[in-house]
Amino acid sequence: MLEVRRLSKIFFEQNDPRKPGLVALYNISLAIRKNEFVSLLGPSGCGKTTLIRIIAGLLTADRGEVLVNSQVVNSPGRDRCMVFQQFGLLPWRTVVSNVEFGLEIDGVPREERRAFAEQYLELVGLKGFENYYPHQISGGMQQRVGIARALSKKPEILLMDEPFGAVDAQTREQLQEELLKIWAQTETTVVFVTHSIDEAIYLSDRVVVMQARPGRIKEEVIIDLPRPRWEGDIKADPRFAQLRARLRDSLRS
Amino acid sequence: MAVPTDEQIIEQLQLRRERRWSIYDHPNLIRSASVLVFLLLWEFFGRETDPILFTYPTAVAEAFVKLIVSGELIKQLAVSLSALAVGFIASLVLGVALGLALGMSRTVEAFFEPPINALYATPQVALTPLLMMWLGLGFSVKVAVVFLFAFFPILINTASGAKNVSAAMVEVARAYLAPPRQILFKVICPAALPFIMAGVRIAIGRALVGMIVAELFTAVTGLGAMLSLYGNIFETAKMFVVIVVLAGLGVGLVRLTQWLERRLATWKETERALG
Repeated sequence: MLEVRRLSKIFFEQNDPRKPGLVALYNISLAIRKNEFVSLLGPSGCGKTTLIRIIAGLLTADRGEVLVNSQVVNSPGRDRCMVFQQFGLLPWRTVVSNVEFGLEIDGVPREERRAFAEQYLELVGLKGFENYYPHQISGGMQQRVGIARALSKKPEILLMDEPFGAVDAQTREQLQEELLKIWAQTETTVVFVTHSIDEAIYLSDRVVVMQARPGRIKEEVIIDLPRPRWEGDIKADPRFAQLRARLRDSLRS
Repeated sequence: MAVPTDEQIIEQLQLRRERRWSIYDHPNLIRSASVLVFLLLWEFFGRETDPILFTYPTAVAEAFVKLIVSGELIKQLAVSLSALAVGFIASLVLGVALGLALGMSRTVEAFFEPPINALYATPQVALTPLLMMWLGLGFSVKVAVVFLFAFFPILINTASGAKNVSAAMVEVARAYLAPPRQILFKVICPAALPFIMAGVRIAIGRALVGMIVAELFTAVTGLGAMLSLYGNIFETAKMFVVIVVLAGLGVGLVRLTQWLERRLATWKETERALG
Protein backbone atom coordinates (compact mmCIF):
# COMPACT_ATOMS: atom_id res chain seq x y z
CA MET A 1 0.00 0.00 0.00
CA LEU A 2 3.01 2.26 0.51
CA GLU A 3 5.51 2.26 -2.27
CA VAL A 4 8.71 4.19 -2.74
CA ARG A 5 10.10 4.23 -6.27
CA ARG A 6 13.70 5.06 -7.16
CA LEU A 7 13.87 7.96 -4.76
CA SER A 8 16.91 10.25 -4.70
CA LYS A 9 17.52 13.35 -2.64
CA ILE A 10 20.45 15.72 -2.68
CA PHE A 11 21.15 18.43 -0.14
CA PHE A 12 22.79 21.43 -1.75
CA GLU A 13 25.28 23.79 -0.23
CA GLN A 14 23.43 26.40 1.79
CA ASN A 15 25.02 29.42 0.13
CA ASP A 16 25.45 28.06 -3.36
CA PRO A 17 22.45 26.14 -4.66
CA ARG A 18 24.26 25.17 -7.86
CA LYS A 19 26.93 23.23 -6.07
CA PRO A 20 25.74 19.74 -5.17
CA GLY A 21 26.42 18.81 -1.57
CA LEU A 22 25.52 15.59 0.13
CA VAL A 23 23.66 12.78 -1.60
CA ALA A 24 21.23 11.94 1.21
CA LEU A 25 19.32 9.23 -0.66
CA TYR A 26 20.25 7.36 -3.81
CA ASN A 27 17.81 5.23 -5.75
CA ILE A 28 15.67 4.01 -2.87
CA SER A 29 12.89 1.55 -3.68
CA LEU A 30 10.69 0.01 -1.05
CA ALA A 31 7.23 -1.57 -0.86
CA ILE A 32 5.27 -1.92 2.36
CA ARG A 33 2.11 -4.00 2.82
CA LYS A 34 -0.98 -2.96 4.70
CA ASN A 35 -0.64 -3.45 8.47
CA GLU A 36 3.02 -4.25 8.17
CA PHE A 37 5.51 -2.95 10.73
CA VAL A 38 8.73 -1.95 8.97
CA SER A 39 11.81 -0.44 10.58
CA LEU A 40 14.43 1.63 8.81
CA LEU A 41 17.69 0.81 10.57
CA GLY A 42 21.01 2.47 9.99
CA PRO A 43 23.79 4.65 11.34
CA SER A 44 23.33 8.38 11.61
CA GLY A 45 23.75 10.07 8.25
CA CYS A 46 22.31 7.18 6.25
CA GLY A 47 19.26 9.19 5.25
CA LYS A 48 16.62 7.30 7.22
CA THR A 49 15.11 10.45 8.67
CA THR A 50 15.23 12.11 5.26
CA LEU A 51 13.39 9.13 3.79
CA ILE A 52 10.61 9.16 6.39
CA ARG A 53 10.24 12.93 6.00
CA ILE A 54 9.81 12.52 2.25
CA ILE A 55 7.22 9.79 2.84
CA ALA A 56 5.45 12.19 5.25
CA GLY A 57 5.46 14.85 2.53
CA LEU A 58 7.44 17.32 4.61
CA LEU A 59 10.33 17.20 2.17
CA THR A 60 10.27 16.75 -1.58
CA ALA A 61 12.44 14.25 -3.40
CA ASP A 62 14.65 15.27 -6.30
CA ARG A 63 13.97 12.11 -8.27
CA GLY A 64 11.48 9.29 -7.87
CA GLU A 65 8.10 9.13 -6.19
CA VAL A 66 6.12 7.96 -3.19
CA LEU A 67 2.82 6.19 -3.70
CA VAL A 68 0.11 5.55 -1.13
CA ASN A 69 -2.63 3.20 -2.35
CA SER A 70 -1.19 3.66 -5.87
CA GLN A 71 -1.58 7.44 -5.71
CA VAL A 72 1.49 9.67 -5.96
CA VAL A 73 1.84 11.88 -2.90
CA ASN A 74 4.17 14.84 -2.42
CA SER A 75 2.64 16.75 0.45
CA PRO A 76 1.37 15.80 3.92
CA GLY A 77 -1.95 13.98 3.84
CA ARG A 78 -4.52 12.59 6.24
CA ASP A 79 -3.52 9.03 5.35
CA ARG A 80 -0.12 9.53 7.00
CA CYS A 81 0.67 10.82 10.50
CA MET A 82 4.06 11.54 11.93
CA VAL A 83 5.42 11.01 15.43
CA PHE A 84 8.44 13.23 15.92
CA GLN A 85 11.76 12.52 17.56
CA GLN A 86 11.57 15.62 19.77
CA PHE A 87 7.83 15.02 20.37
CA GLY A 88 6.79 18.25 18.60
CA LEU A 89 4.29 19.26 21.28
CA LEU A 90 3.12 22.85 21.53
CA PRO A 91 4.31 24.07 24.95
CA TRP A 92 1.42 26.53 25.48
CA ARG A 93 -1.18 23.80 25.09
CA THR A 94 -2.19 21.29 27.73
CA VAL A 95 -1.81 17.57 27.11
CA VAL A 96 -5.41 17.11 25.99
CA SER A 97 -5.32 20.21 23.83
CA ASN A 98 -2.14 18.96 22.15
CA VAL A 99 -3.89 15.70 21.30
CA GLU A 100 -6.80 17.71 19.91
CA PHE A 101 -4.51 19.75 17.66
CA GLY A 102 -4.87 17.60 14.54
CA LEU A 103 -8.63 17.27 14.98
CA GLU A 104 -8.94 21.00 15.55
CA ILE A 105 -7.18 21.68 12.25
CA ASP A 106 -9.66 19.30 10.60
CA GLY A 107 -12.52 21.32 12.03
CA VAL A 108 -13.93 18.59 14.29
CA PRO A 109 -16.40 20.24 16.74
CA ARG A 110 -15.10 21.00 20.23
CA GLU A 111 -17.13 18.44 22.22
CA GLU A 112 -16.43 15.65 19.79
CA ARG A 113 -12.68 16.22 19.59
CA ARG A 114 -12.42 16.47 23.37
CA ALA A 115 -14.12 13.08 23.74
CA PHE A 116 -11.89 11.65 21.03
CA ALA A 117 -8.74 13.05 22.58
CA GLU A 118 -9.64 11.63 25.99
CA GLN A 119 -10.24 8.25 24.46
CA TYR A 120 -6.77 8.23 22.87
CA LEU A 121 -5.13 9.54 26.03
CA GLU A 122 -6.61 6.57 27.83
CA LEU A 123 -5.23 4.27 25.13
CA VAL A 124 -1.68 5.53 25.73
CA GLY A 125 -2.15 5.42 29.51
CA LEU A 126 -2.30 9.14 30.21
CA LYS A 127 -5.75 9.40 31.74
CA GLY A 128 -5.66 11.97 34.53
CA PHE A 129 -2.91 14.07 32.91
CA GLU A 130 -5.23 15.98 30.56
CA ASN A 131 -4.58 19.41 32.03
CA TYR A 132 -0.83 19.20 32.52
CA TYR A 133 1.49 21.21 30.32
CA PRO A 134 4.17 19.32 28.34
CA HIS A 135 7.02 20.64 30.48
CA GLN A 136 5.34 19.31 33.61
CA ILE A 137 5.51 15.67 32.47
CA SER A 138 8.40 13.34 31.64
CA GLY A 139 9.84 12.75 28.17
CA GLY A 140 8.23 9.33 27.96
CA MET A 141 4.84 10.79 28.78
CA GLN A 142 5.36 13.60 26.26
CA GLN A 143 5.96 11.06 23.53
CA ARG A 144 2.77 9.22 24.54
CA VAL A 145 0.99 12.50 23.92
CA GLY A 146 2.69 12.66 20.51
CA ILE A 147 1.51 9.12 19.74
CA ALA A 148 -2.05 9.84 20.92
CA ARG A 149 -2.11 12.95 18.74
CA ALA A 150 -1.04 10.94 15.69
CA LEU A 151 -3.46 8.07 16.37
CA SER A 152 -6.40 10.41 16.94
CA LYS A 153 -6.40 11.15 13.23
CA LYS A 154 -6.78 7.42 12.48
CA PRO A 155 -4.02 7.38 9.86
CA GLU A 156 -3.53 4.40 7.60
CA ILE A 157 0.20 4.83 7.97
CA LEU A 158 1.94 5.83 11.16
CA LEU A 159 5.38 7.33 10.54
CA MET A 160 7.68 7.30 13.55
CA ASP A 161 11.00 9.10 13.43
CA GLU A 162 13.17 7.71 16.24
CA PRO A 163 10.25 8.29 18.59
CA PHE A 164 11.93 6.72 21.61
CA GLY A 165 15.40 8.14 21.04
CA ALA A 166 14.97 10.89 23.62
CA VAL A 167 13.71 8.80 26.54
CA ASP A 168 15.56 6.69 29.08
CA ALA A 169 16.18 2.97 28.53
CA GLN A 170 13.49 1.62 30.88
CA THR A 171 10.80 3.93 29.62
CA ARG A 172 11.87 3.03 26.12
CA GLU A 173 11.23 -0.68 26.62
CA GLN A 174 7.89 0.06 28.20
CA LEU A 175 6.88 2.31 25.32
CA GLN A 176 7.96 -0.31 22.77
CA GLU A 177 5.68 -2.87 24.40
CA GLU A 178 2.79 -0.43 24.54
CA LEU A 179 3.31 0.52 20.93
CA LEU A 180 3.03 -3.13 19.90
CA LYS A 181 -0.19 -3.50 21.88
CA ILE A 182 -1.67 -0.38 20.33
CA TRP A 183 -0.59 -1.46 16.87
CA ALA A 184 -2.25 -4.83 17.40
CA GLN A 185 -5.51 -3.03 18.24
CA THR A 186 -5.58 -0.35 15.60
CA GLU A 187 -4.79 -1.88 12.19
CA THR A 188 -2.12 0.57 11.17
CA THR A 189 0.86 0.30 8.89
CA VAL A 190 3.96 1.53 10.71
CA VAL A 191 7.22 2.86 9.33
CA PHE A 192 9.65 3.18 12.21
CA VAL A 193 13.06 4.84 12.08
CA THR A 194 15.63 3.70 14.62
CA HIS A 195 19.32 3.11 15.12
CA SER A 196 18.78 0.47 17.77
CA ILE A 197 19.10 -3.10 16.50
CA ASP A 198 17.13 -4.57 19.42
CA GLU A 199 14.32 -2.10 18.99
CA ALA A 200 14.07 -2.88 15.29
CA ILE A 201 13.94 -6.65 15.87
CA TYR A 202 11.55 -6.48 18.79
CA LEU A 203 8.99 -4.35 16.93
CA SER A 204 9.19 -5.18 13.25
CA ASP A 205 7.95 -7.61 10.67
CA ARG A 206 10.78 -6.50 8.44
CA VAL A 207 13.94 -4.47 8.96
CA VAL A 208 15.34 -2.36 6.14
CA VAL A 209 19.06 -1.84 6.69
CA MET A 210 20.41 1.42 5.32
CA GLN A 211 23.91 2.61 4.58
CA ALA A 212 25.47 6.05 4.37
CA ARG A 213 27.32 7.94 1.62
CA PRO A 214 25.31 7.80 -0.46
CA GLY A 215 22.20 6.94 1.59
CA ARG A 216 20.89 3.64 0.22
CA ILE A 217 19.23 0.38 1.17
CA LYS A 218 21.70 -2.36 1.89
CA GLU A 219 19.33 -5.24 2.53
CA GLU A 220 16.00 -6.23 3.97
CA VAL A 221 15.71 -8.76 6.79
CA ILE A 222 12.45 -10.55 7.60
CA ILE A 223 11.88 -10.84 11.36
CA ASP A 224 10.20 -14.21 11.74
CA LEU A 225 9.70 -14.08 15.50
CA PRO A 226 6.23 -15.07 16.74
CA ARG A 227 3.72 -12.46 17.92
CA PRO A 228 2.64 -11.25 20.42
CA ARG A 229 6.19 -10.47 21.45
CA TRP A 230 5.50 -8.92 24.84
CA GLU A 231 4.75 -12.26 26.47
CA GLY A 232 7.79 -13.88 28.05
CA ASP A 233 11.31 -12.72 27.33
CA ILE A 234 11.61 -12.74 23.58
CA LYS A 235 14.99 -11.02 23.71
CA ALA A 236 16.39 -14.20 25.30
CA ASP A 237 15.14 -16.28 22.38
CA PRO A 238 18.03 -17.84 20.36
CA ARG A 239 16.38 -16.65 17.14
CA PHE A 240 16.46 -13.11 18.48
CA ALA A 241 20.20 -13.46 19.11
CA GLN A 242 20.73 -14.80 15.57
CA LEU A 243 18.88 -11.86 14.06
CA ARG A 244 20.79 -9.44 16.26
CA ALA A 245 24.15 -10.89 15.09
CA ARG A 246 22.98 -10.84 11.49
CA LEU A 247 21.94 -7.17 11.62
CA ARG A 248 25.05 -6.14 13.51
CA ASP A 249 27.20 -7.72 10.80
CA SER A 250 25.17 -6.04 8.14
CA LEU A 251 25.60 -2.62 9.75
CA ARG A 252 29.33 -3.11 10.23
CA SER A 253 30.47 -4.18 6.79
CA MET B 1 6.78 -2.62 57.71
CA ALA B 2 5.37 0.40 55.96
CA VAL B 3 7.84 3.04 54.86
CA PRO B 4 7.34 6.16 57.02
CA THR B 5 6.26 9.35 55.30
CA ASP B 6 8.55 12.40 55.09
CA GLU B 7 6.41 14.03 57.76
CA GLN B 8 6.90 11.09 60.16
CA ILE B 9 10.66 10.98 59.60
CA ILE B 10 10.99 14.70 60.32
CA GLU B 11 8.94 14.20 63.48
CA GLN B 12 10.89 11.13 64.57
CA LEU B 13 14.32 12.68 64.07
CA GLN B 14 13.10 15.92 65.63
CA LEU B 15 14.20 17.91 62.63
CA ARG B 16 11.38 20.40 62.86
CA ARG B 17 12.77 23.85 63.49
CA GLU B 18 10.98 26.91 64.66
CA ARG B 19 11.77 29.78 62.39
CA ARG B 20 12.61 32.92 64.30
CA TRP B 21 11.17 36.23 63.28
CA SER B 22 13.52 37.82 60.80
CA ILE B 23 13.45 41.12 58.95
CA TYR B 24 14.44 39.25 55.77
CA ASP B 25 11.03 37.60 55.67
CA HIS B 26 9.28 40.96 55.55
CA PRO B 27 10.63 42.91 52.56
CA ASN B 28 7.44 45.00 52.42
CA LEU B 29 8.18 46.36 55.87
CA ILE B 30 11.59 47.51 54.68
CA ARG B 31 10.06 49.03 51.57
CA SER B 32 7.50 51.00 53.57
CA ALA B 33 10.24 52.20 55.90
CA SER B 34 12.24 53.38 52.90
CA VAL B 35 9.33 55.46 51.60
CA LEU B 36 8.64 56.89 55.04
CA VAL B 37 12.27 57.88 55.65
CA PHE B 38 12.45 59.46 52.22
CA LEU B 39 9.26 61.49 52.77
CA LEU B 40 10.38 62.65 56.23
CA LEU B 41 13.80 63.77 54.98
CA TRP B 42 12.17 65.52 52.05
CA GLU B 43 9.69 67.29 54.32
CA PHE B 44 12.43 68.33 56.73
CA PHE B 45 14.99 69.62 54.24
CA GLY B 46 12.42 70.76 51.68
CA ARG B 47 11.04 73.35 54.10
CA GLU B 48 14.50 74.92 54.31
CA THR B 49 14.78 75.54 50.57
CA ASP B 50 13.62 78.39 48.38
CA PRO B 51 9.94 77.61 47.48
CA ILE B 52 10.58 78.76 43.90
CA LEU B 53 13.19 76.06 43.35
CA PHE B 54 11.93 73.20 45.47
CA THR B 55 9.04 72.10 47.62
CA TYR B 56 8.06 69.57 50.30
CA PRO B 57 5.50 66.72 50.58
CA THR B 58 2.77 68.49 52.57
CA ALA B 59 2.83 71.40 50.12
CA VAL B 60 2.52 68.95 47.24
CA ALA B 61 -0.40 67.24 48.95
CA GLU B 62 -2.08 70.61 49.46
CA ALA B 63 -1.57 71.55 45.79
CA PHE B 64 -2.88 68.13 44.80
CA VAL B 65 -6.15 68.70 46.67
CA LYS B 66 -6.50 72.15 45.08
CA LEU B 67 -5.97 70.78 41.56
CA ILE B 68 -8.45 67.97 42.17
CA VAL B 69 -11.11 70.31 43.55
CA SER B 70 -10.74 72.73 40.65
CA GLY B 71 -11.13 69.76 38.27
CA GLU B 72 -8.04 70.78 36.34
CA LEU B 73 -5.96 67.69 37.10
CA ILE B 74 -8.70 65.24 36.16
CA LYS B 75 -9.45 67.10 32.94
CA GLN B 76 -5.83 67.26 31.78
CA LEU B 77 -5.19 63.68 32.90
CA ALA B 78 -8.11 62.52 30.76
CA VAL B 79 -6.76 64.40 27.75
CA SER B 80 -3.30 62.91 28.20
CA LEU B 81 -4.53 59.38 28.82
CA SER B 82 -6.77 59.32 25.77
CA ALA B 83 -3.87 60.41 23.53
CA LEU B 84 -1.71 57.76 25.20
CA ALA B 85 -4.32 55.05 24.71
CA VAL B 86 -5.03 55.83 21.04
CA GLY B 87 -1.35 56.15 20.13
CA PHE B 88 -0.38 53.03 22.02
CA ILE B 89 -3.14 50.84 20.61
CA ALA B 90 -2.27 51.99 17.09
CA SER B 91 1.39 51.09 17.65
CA LEU B 92 0.39 47.73 19.12
CA VAL B 93 -1.84 46.77 16.19
CA LEU B 94 0.52 47.97 13.47
CA GLY B 95 3.66 46.85 15.31
CA VAL B 96 2.41 43.29 15.78
CA ALA B 97 1.04 43.02 12.24
CA LEU B 98 4.15 44.35 10.53
CA GLY B 99 6.39 42.51 12.99
CA LEU B 100 4.81 39.17 12.12
CA ALA B 101 5.21 39.88 8.40
CA LEU B 102 8.83 40.87 8.95
CA GLY B 103 9.57 37.78 11.02
CA MET B 104 8.00 35.39 8.57
CA SER B 105 9.25 36.64 5.23
CA ARG B 106 12.83 37.44 4.38
CA THR B 107 11.70 39.51 1.41
CA VAL B 108 9.48 41.72 3.55
CA GLU B 109 12.25 41.95 6.13
CA ALA B 110 14.86 43.02 3.58
CA PHE B 111 12.47 45.55 2.06
CA PHE B 112 11.53 47.26 5.33
CA GLU B 113 14.89 46.98 7.05
CA PRO B 114 16.50 50.23 5.79
CA PRO B 115 13.64 52.63 6.66
CA ILE B 116 13.02 50.92 9.99
CA ASN B 117 16.68 51.02 10.98
CA ALA B 118 16.96 54.65 9.96
CA LEU B 119 13.84 55.71 11.85
CA TYR B 120 14.70 53.63 14.90
CA ALA B 121 18.20 55.08 15.08
CA THR B 122 16.94 58.66 14.86
CA PRO B 123 16.13 60.04 18.32
CA GLN B 124 12.36 60.21 18.00
CA VAL B 125 12.22 63.53 19.87
CA ALA B 126 13.89 65.09 16.82
CA LEU B 127 10.83 64.34 14.72
CA THR B 128 8.39 66.04 17.08
CA PRO B 129 8.75 69.59 15.63
CA LEU B 130 8.19 68.19 12.16
CA LEU B 131 5.05 66.36 13.29
CA MET B 132 3.82 69.61 14.88
CA MET B 133 4.22 71.37 11.56
CA TRP B 134 2.16 68.69 9.87
CA LEU B 135 -0.48 68.03 12.50
CA GLY B 136 -0.76 71.23 14.52
CA LEU B 137 -0.91 71.45 18.31
CA GLY B 138 -3.94 69.29 19.03
CA PHE B 139 -4.81 65.71 19.84
CA SER B 140 -3.48 64.15 16.63
CA VAL B 141 0.10 65.29 17.10
CA LYS B 142 0.17 63.69 20.57
CA VAL B 143 -1.16 60.46 19.16
CA ALA B 144 1.47 60.55 16.42
CA VAL B 145 4.35 61.12 18.84
CA VAL B 146 3.14 58.42 21.25
CA PHE B 147 2.86 56.07 18.28
CA LEU B 148 6.36 56.88 17.11
CA PHE B 149 7.82 56.24 20.55
CA ALA B 150 5.97 52.97 21.21
CA PHE B 151 5.97 51.44 17.74
CA PHE B 152 9.58 50.26 17.36
CA PRO B 153 10.01 48.13 20.47
CA ILE B 154 6.80 46.27 19.63
CA LEU B 155 7.75 45.88 15.98
CA ILE B 156 11.26 44.66 16.65
CA ASN B 157 10.29 42.27 19.43
CA THR B 158 7.42 40.79 17.45
CA ALA B 159 9.67 40.29 14.43
CA SER B 160 12.34 38.50 16.44
CA GLY B 161 9.65 36.42 18.18
CA ALA B 162 8.13 35.32 14.89
CA LYS B 163 11.58 34.63 13.49
CA ASN B 164 12.54 32.47 16.44
CA VAL B 165 9.55 30.15 16.26
CA SER B 166 11.19 26.78 15.95
CA ALA B 167 11.01 25.26 12.49
CA ALA B 168 10.07 21.99 14.19
CA MET B 169 6.80 23.42 15.50
CA VAL B 170 5.84 24.84 12.13
CA GLU B 171 6.64 21.45 10.63
CA VAL B 172 4.34 19.70 13.10
CA ALA B 173 1.53 22.00 12.01
CA ARG B 174 2.30 21.29 8.36
CA ALA B 175 2.31 17.55 9.01
CA TYR B 176 -1.17 17.93 10.51
CA LEU B 177 -2.32 19.73 7.36
CA ALA B 178 -2.67 23.19 8.87
CA PRO B 179 -3.20 25.87 6.20
CA PRO B 180 -0.95 28.98 6.41
CA ARG B 181 -3.59 31.00 8.28
CA GLN B 182 -3.86 28.35 11.01
CA ILE B 183 -0.07 28.07 11.22
CA LEU B 184 0.00 31.81 11.84
CA PHE B 185 -2.71 31.86 14.51
CA LYS B 186 -2.17 28.51 16.19
CA VAL B 187 1.62 28.26 16.13
CA ILE B 188 3.47 31.46 15.28
CA CYS B 189 1.33 33.88 17.30
CA PRO B 190 1.30 31.92 20.55
CA ALA B 191 4.99 31.09 20.20
CA ALA B 192 5.84 34.77 19.66
CA LEU B 193 3.57 36.02 22.44
CA PRO B 194 6.22 36.17 25.20
CA PHE B 195 8.42 38.24 22.86
CA ILE B 196 5.53 40.54 21.98
CA MET B 197 4.77 41.07 25.66
CA ALA B 198 8.38 41.98 26.35
CA GLY B 199 8.09 44.57 23.59
CA VAL B 200 4.86 45.89 25.07
CA ARG B 201 6.52 46.37 28.45
CA ILE B 202 9.28 48.50 26.93
CA ALA B 203 6.84 50.31 24.64
CA ILE B 204 4.50 51.37 27.42
CA GLY B 205 7.23 53.29 29.22
CA ARG B 206 8.30 54.91 26.01
CA ALA B 207 4.71 55.81 25.11
CA LEU B 208 4.51 57.74 28.39
CA VAL B 209 7.69 59.63 27.49
CA GLY B 210 6.26 60.37 24.03
CA MET B 211 3.07 61.72 25.56
CA ILE B 212 4.94 64.16 27.84
CA VAL B 213 7.36 65.21 25.09
CA ALA B 214 4.48 66.05 22.75
CA GLU B 215 2.65 68.00 25.44
CA LEU B 216 5.74 69.90 26.51
CA PHE B 217 6.34 70.93 22.92
CA THR B 218 2.75 71.87 22.16
CA ALA B 219 2.02 73.17 25.69
CA VAL B 220 -1.71 73.54 25.15
CA THR B 221 -3.41 70.70 26.99
CA GLY B 222 -2.50 67.65 29.04
CA LEU B 223 -0.18 66.89 31.91
CA GLY B 224 2.87 68.05 29.96
CA ALA B 225 1.23 71.43 29.36
CA MET B 226 0.55 71.71 33.12
CA LEU B 227 4.21 70.97 33.82
CA SER B 228 5.27 73.67 31.42
CA LEU B 229 2.71 76.20 32.70
CA TYR B 230 3.44 75.83 36.42
CA GLY B 231 7.15 75.73 35.71
CA ASN B 232 6.94 79.06 33.96
CA ILE B 233 5.00 80.73 36.77
CA PHE B 234 7.14 79.14 39.52
CA GLU B 235 4.33 77.17 41.15
CA THR B 236 6.74 74.40 42.02
CA ALA B 237 4.36 72.48 44.30
CA LYS B 238 1.81 72.14 41.48
CA MET B 239 4.57 71.00 39.13
CA PHE B 240 5.43 68.28 41.58
CA VAL B 241 1.83 67.13 41.67
CA VAL B 242 2.11 66.40 37.94
CA ILE B 243 5.47 64.66 38.41
CA VAL B 244 4.05 62.44 41.16
CA VAL B 245 1.00 61.59 39.05
CA LEU B 246 3.30 60.65 36.15
CA ALA B 247 5.42 58.48 38.42
CA GLY B 248 2.26 56.73 39.62
CA LEU B 249 1.09 56.29 36.04
CA GLY B 250 4.42 54.78 35.03
CA VAL B 251 4.42 52.29 37.89
CA GLY B 252 0.76 51.43 37.32
CA LEU B 253 1.19 50.76 33.62
CA VAL B 254 4.25 48.56 34.12
CA ARG B 255 2.36 46.58 36.78
CA LEU B 256 -0.54 46.18 34.37
CA THR B 257 1.69 44.74 31.65
CA GLN B 258 3.35 42.39 34.11
CA TRP B 259 -0.04 41.14 35.18
CA LEU B 260 -1.09 40.71 31.54
CA GLU B 261 2.13 38.88 30.80
CA ARG B 262 1.46 36.41 33.57
CA ARG B 263 -2.13 35.87 32.44
CA LEU B 264 -1.35 35.40 28.75
CA ALA B 265 1.84 33.38 28.85
CA THR B 266 1.21 31.07 31.81
CA TRP B 267 3.12 28.24 30.18
CA LYS B 268 6.22 30.39 29.91
CA GLU B 269 5.87 31.45 33.53
CA THR B 270 5.69 27.90 34.88
CA GLU B 271 8.45 26.81 32.56
CA ARG B 272 10.66 29.48 34.07
CA ALA B 273 9.67 28.52 37.60
CA LEU B 274 10.69 24.93 36.96
CA GLY B 275 13.97 26.04 35.43
